[in-house]
Amino acid sequence: MMRILWAGAAAAIAASSALVWAQQKSSAEGIAEYRAMLADGNPAELFEAKGEALWKTKRGPKNASLETCDLGKGPGVVRGAFVELPRYFADTGRVQDLESRLLSCSETLQGISAAETAATPFGRGEQSNIEALVAYISAASRGMKFSLPQGNPEERKMYELGKRAFFYRAGSHGFACASCHGDAGKRIRLQDLPELTKNPGDGVGFAAWPAYRVSSGELWGMQRRLNDCYRQQRFPYPGYGSEVTIALGVYMGVNAKGAESVAPSIKR
Amino acid sequence: MADPMRIRAQASGDKATVRVLMAHEMETGQRKDAAGKVIPAWYIQQVHAKLNGKDVLSAQWGPAVAKNPFLQFMIKGAKAGDKVSVSWVDNRGDTRTDEAVVT
Repeated sequence: MMRILWAGAAAAIAASSALVWAQQKSSAEGIAEYRAMLADGNPAELFEAKGEALWKTKRGPKNASLETCDLGKGPGVVRGAFVELPRYFADTGRVQDLESRLLSCSETLQGISAAETAATPFGRGEQSNIEALVAYISAASRGMKFSLPQGNPEERKMYELGKRAFFYRAGSHGFACASCHGDAGKRIRLQDLPELTKNPGDGVGFAAWPAYRVSSGELWGMQRRLNDCYRQQRFPYPGYGSEVTIALGVYMGVNAKGAESVAPSIKR
Repeated sequence: MADPMRIRAQASGDKATVRVLMAHEMETGQRKDAAGKVIPAWYIQQVHAKLNGKDVLSAQWGPAVAKNPFLQFMIKGAKAGDKVSVSWVDNRGDTRTDEAVVT
């Protein structure tokens, strides 16, 4: 009798561990499924619509729209601009990403102070307008492949600077971007982390941002994404549109050459 | 004035699938701001959908519905060219109505 009971208990334990194993195996798939369900009604669309209206609206002290802003493909050209950013701009004499370019455009065209916008907390005032514009502009390049220009020496310099920043370990925990994004198959809790030293694939890593964050109901551009990466690394916060954030953008963007952009995507 | 909704309605067979994305804060009234003050509740309370002016759906919502809600439903007998209109009313009395044509 005793023996039978033991056998039964062992079978029950085996069954329960198999169940646990099955659940663990499906958790990453579960997240993928959850994202697919949400993607159908991605609220980033609401930000795209707001951004499109903002692009065409006359605003600021100069009462002008952004329609003549040059995003790299000529004044007013939006489609295809996002997959070639960050890039060098002759008028400002520096390499700029989408967000820092929008700051200079709204300053020169509309008279809205770039320094003031950069100092505004994420999601408030003029920053929330930039987020919507970023959604609209990135959406105009959806499905296109990343192809950042590297013809200008400034662009190549920024790539090298970005590479250094990526592997630079510091902070109280000795983290670098590479600690989490330097190898394949890493994760934070249940989130798979992309390997950013190479092209991690279509719609992954650099090609997935800007994105709508379901947990906070906000749209995050690359600037906010990097700001939060640095927070998690226990680094000081980088300045909005600062050189290091743009250099990292160049590094990730050049590495992601050929990856299809799905931005603005949806994240948990 | 509230931001517009995005409505898509697609017919297949004898019914149409309607997908609605609404722009709304959906504040529960349970959260506090940085200063410790309660953020007042602000959420959609009523949702109505019409097909060619005839009621097809009415719903009562509460603060448990997420920010920027997504609603999907099917209408029996809707065909391409029909008009679907969706409207909501929130607890501040603010309202928004948008329309789409079934494709």
